[in-house]
Amino acid sequence: MYNAGKVIVFIVVLIVFFTIPMWLNFGRVEAIPQPELPKDKAKCIESKEYMRAYHMKLLDDWRKQAIRENKHVYVAKDGEKYFINLQKTCMKCHNNKEKFCDSCHNFVVTHPDCWSCHIAPEVAEKWQ
Amino acid sequence: MAIKRRDLLKLGGLTLIGTAASAAVGGVYTKPQEALKGSRWALAIDVVKCKENRATCGLKCVEVCHSLHNVPSIPDKKKEIKWIWEEKFEHAFPEHEANHYLNEKLHDTPFLLLCNHCDNPPCVRVCPTKATFKREDGIVMMDYHRCIGCRFCMAACPYGARSFNWIDPRPFIAKVNPEYPSRMKGVVEKCTFCYERIAEGKIPACVEACPAKAIVFGDLKNPNDEINKILKERLAVRRKEELTTYPSVFYLIG
Repeated sequence: MYNAGKVIVFIVVLIVFFTIPMWLNFGRVEAIPQPELPKDKAKCIESKEYMRAYHMKLLDDWRKQAIRENKHVYVAKDGEKYFINLQKTCMKCHNNKEKFCDSCHNFVVTHPDCWSCHIAPEVAEKWQ
Repeated sequence: MAIKRRDLLKLGGLTLIGTAASAAVGGVYTKPQEALKGSRWALAIDVVKCKENRATCGLKCVEVCHSLHNVPSIPDKKKEIKWIWEEKFEHAFPEHEANHYLNEKLHDTPFLLLCNHCDNPPCVRVCPTKATFKREDGIVMMDYHRCIGCRFCMAACPYGARSFNWIDPRPFIAKVNPEYPSRMKGVVEKCTFCYERIAEGKIPACVEACPAKAIVFGDLKNPNDEINKILKERLAVRRKEELTTYPSVFYLIG
């Protein structure tokens, strides 16, 4: 290899540059989001694991079923029935979008546009 | 007999699919028991009653609908949003303008206009994303999530029942209903026949709000429904019948 010294140094510099976020946050625990869960509720409509992995799919299915198929009731795996409505059902328990939704979404830099139409409880409160 | 390699691979594949599917499958969906059941929802607006009570009613139907659905009141006429509004006879029925006698009889009668929830809706035909579509109960629905704001539906609608959000509507909503969403800049909106109330077993808000009970809501396909009786007894017209859109909003003029 020609100019081996320069090339290797440059490769090392590149690797360090692209992994800067990792090094800057190394060992920092406070960076991991801790969404605030509703205090008086023991469980969500499905298991914690299911909600964590599939809440976006569930919400999209809710939209499809309620708006497009006119099926407004969700029967959870445990047989419990829920009325499909983001503002009336989900946000009744998760009554703070900033502390629940945003804490994770900001961390993973994903910005779903739910709230440009749907009204978060804290936004509605300020509005009145 | 020992299992063949081919069968083993098939079994493995099936197991994988099964695991993935069982993890991703949630609950099931049904219709609420209390929901009103109909196959073609319609309104009959008694303009005679409407005229008699117009001086005192304060246009409650419009007020209640707009506040319930977070419809903004934008002062700029070019950007205004409306789901239900009042109009003069000659504007609601421009095809009768030349009929001087009819015009004279009805020109001071208020006509409440809203989405006609046509049986043959031109807006649905032109929507490129199926954001607007006809439900099996006759309601011409809006799925704002899919609306790309192309405004084809507005060009297609012969009734001007659709409004486009040219600006963010939120600053123009004085009092918010926290149980219903607003819309955002760039989508088209209109009356949805209170689908959310029908799902809860309630009649549309304008029908409930009218102090004169001048608006009747019912199912055209149900022969025992009150609306069919009224439409048989009274003289009812629909807007722009000649376009064969078959509106579901009837005006009882006599």
